[in-house]
Amino acid sequence: MTKEADVFDGLLDKGVSRRDFMKFSTVMATTLGFLPTFAPQIAEAVTMKKRPPVIWIHLAECTGCSEAILRATYPFLADLVLDILSIDYHETIMVAAGQQAEDALHASMKANKGKYICVVEGAIPTKNNGIYGRIGGKTMLEVAKEVTGNALATICIGTCSSFGGVQAAAPNPTQAKGIGAALGIKPINISGCPPNPTNFVATIVHYLLLGKLPDLDENGRPLFAYGQSIHDNCPRRGHYESEEFVKVFGDEGTMKGWCLFEVGCKGPDTYNNCSILKFNNGTSWPIGAGAPCIGCSEPDFWDKMAPFFKQK
Amino acid sequence: MGKRITIDPIPRIEGHLRIEVEVTGGKVTDAWSSGMLFRGLEIILQGRDPRDAPLITQRACGVCTYVHMASSVKCIDDAVKIKIPTNARIIRNLMMAAQHIHDHQVHFYHLHALDWVDIVSAVKADPKKTADLANAHSNAPGQGTKDFAAVRDKLKAFVDSGQLGPFANAYWGHPAYKLPPEANLMASKHYLDALKNQVKAAQLHAIFGGKNPHLQTAVPGGVTCGNYLNADRIAQFKYMLLEQIDFIKNVYIPDVLAVALFYKDWAAIGGTTNFLAWGEFPGEGEEPKNLFQPRGWIKNRELKHRMADPAKVTEEVSRSWYKDSQPVHPYNGVTEPMENAPLKTDGQLDEKGKYTWLKAPRYEGVPCEVGPLARTLVSYTAGQPETKKYVDYVLKTLGVGPEALFSTLGRTAGRAINCLVIAEQALTWVDDLVANLKKGDAKSYENWEFPAGEAQGVGLTDVPRGALGHWIKMKDGKISNYQMVVPSTWNLGPRDAKGQKGPVEESLIGTPIADPKQPLEVLRTVHSFDPCIACAVHVIDPESNEVHKVRAV
Repeated sequence: MTKEADVFDGLLDKGVSRRDFMKFSTVMATTLGFLPTFAPQIAEAVTMKKRPPVIWIHLAECTGCSEAILRATYPFLADLVLDILSIDYHETIMVAAGQQAEDALHASMKANKGKYICVVEGAIPTKNNGIYGRIGGKTMLEVAKEVTGNALATICIGTCSSFGGVQAAAPNPTQAKGIGAALGIKPINISGCPPNPTNFVATIVHYLLLGKLPDLDENGRPLFAYGQSIHDNCPRRGHYESEEFVKVFGDEGTMKGWCLFEVGCKGPDTYNNCSILKFNNGTSWPIGAGAPCIGCSEPDFWDKMAPFFKQK
Repeated sequence: MGKRITIDPIPRIEGHLRIEVEVTGGKVTDAWSSGMLFRGLEIILQGRDPRDAPLITQRACGVCTYVHMASSVKCIDDAVKIKIPTNARIIRNLMMAAQHIHDHQVHFYHLHALDWVDIVSAVKADPKKTADLANAHSNAPGQGTKDFAAVRDKLKAFVDSGQLGPFANAYWGHPAYKLPPEANLMASKHYLDALKNQVKAAQLHAIFGGKNPHLQTAVPGGVTCGNYLNADRIAQFKYMLLEQIDFIKNVYIPDVLAVALFYKDWAAIGGTTNFLAWGEFPGEGEEPKNLFQPRGWIKNRELKHRMADPAKVTEEVSRSWYKDSQPVHPYNGVTEPMENAPLKTDGQLDEKGKYTWLKAPRYEGVPCEVGPLARTLVSYTAGQPETKKYVDYVLKTLGVGPEALFSTLGRTAGRAINCLVIAEQALTWVDDLVANLKKGDAKSYENWEFPAGEAQGVGLTDVPRGALGHWIKMKDGKISNYQMVVPSTWNLGPRDAKGQKGPVEESLIGTPIADPKQPLEVLRTVHSFDPCIACAVHVIDPESNEVHKVRAV
């Protein structure tokens, strides 16, 4: 029996059809920029016997990034939780509370010391020794130091943990900072408010497949997702070049899908793959729905890209 | 003096919540609710372009995505005195409906259900008996013996792997779990089905919203997606909505009823006293008359509709980590956050002093529960026919009277009823949209200018977790004050100066606790409020010490 056949027998036992799984692997391969011929290797990588442990902590956040992962397709969240990863701590879905939750966190950290992937959602409020954010009586600063400190790698999901996010917007009342800035470490940043779940899952798969993390830009973001600007891949680029702009929502330009630059679109300064992946399994994306890009994957965008409905 | 238990973190909510209870003789005799994160969004809004407010405030919460955008665009519409076109009103209603449809289902299955359902017991279930149980209650597909056997086997393999992930170290086998293994397996399969289904419910939201979470198409004056007013977008919405209605009717509602039948004692646990709803889903004409879900409040559990007036809202901080002031209307206060947010030396909340970042909103001086139960009670007493039909059906099926609604079970059933009522009504709004387009009206946005000088406005909505209000004051096209009074602040706020407990604190009194080390029963009631603490923490300007001076309109 070939190695490939073993993998798929296991998947069939788990209720995943070969077709579904190859579709996932091909999507992952394409997203990561590999040739689709890598798909079988991705399939193997994600069916290893002991599932890699993940500890996911929530800090100063809105839980939009966790919700974004709930929207993942191929693999779905159930596949991630039951088949691919061992999500040992995640406050939005876990059942244990209070002391039982704390014990579960520390048990996984101890058993998997140096081997777990730490995912951080949310920024760290640092003013007044971090009293503006506490979990189980400890400040978020303390929790983040402890959990990232014992991890194999830290992935920041969302603009808040990557760069500070909305609570860090001027005047930053709690002196909130992204994880890299607050702790002096270099995490991988999957920015976006929230990011496209495919980019997060693809990063994990890249690690599982190649045993290392993908190439990153100077902001710590995977180049496969953040290497090109929205503007470079925008389906409305032709209208930009022909100077066909929406002037007021609902006008002729709106109905014809013209360029949103004059109503504030920050696509030229925003690096992300929204126009290629779209959101919610290809349902739509802001520009497609007539809404100008707000630059949500960029550092300090709440200040630098505002006002959102005007060009500066 | 009873035993004090601390539960922090509370999982399966949004945000950072600590609950402390005192247990005496096996029952909760006192309770304190504390929000543990403060971010400062309303300070951040000051001085910005008002059109940015819907985008910024939306980031109050990604579980309650869209709802703050919806309230924000309404308060700006009010401030600049613009009436949005019919198509925009309908699309905003459809997006609000989609949020309710998504949120309530995810809440029941992924945030609440495992307080009632023992997922480890499910691996002992007989798949044929499970199929018989499921098919007796619903017409959903995929409920054959083989389907349940497959889920049982999957769960067994997961448990046997020794890596229990989010199910590790939990309360499996707790005596308060009452479902037989077959009911546990049925609900566990539906937990997984619902996890897949919510992907589609979110797609429904994104059809007109651009993306979910965090939509972009609602703007002051209307919506940006005029280009989407075409047959195939509308048909896509309609057919995905039909799929959702099917799931709610055939999976969600039957599961709530099945669970309720085994937990009827919870119809006498976890109730509160007063209920408030601003109402939602404006039709033609003026608010509040045109609201599909009526505005109103219920006082002292009396099943009589009373109209609610936002001018009667006050907030206070006597037990919150802000410097003291008198109870004031939300936009007239002067408060200042403390530089420290102390716990006692033993690490517990200071039950005699200040103990939370949440403020205490009050209506006519009394605490009010908000949310789907409040909407259901207000709609029921206002004679709203669809709500009445489903409430009567649920009460009859469970063999209980209306007093059962004032409980954790009532709150849970109220959520399911509200979800179905909204989903079914949304179908009629799709027809309204089509009818309007057929008339030749394709308008999606009404252009407007910032008024010179000062302007102010209010946007009241009733979103999955309850009554929500945004108040804005602007001057020369910039925000001078912005205020949000949010559902979870109503529900999870602390005591006031008179010592009246907040709703969740009141609801916990009398809860039976089988094992203080495993407070599953506390979680059942806390979760029934569907807490969102990122939303709930009220925001003050620590520099200017001002809370936003916006006059009531």
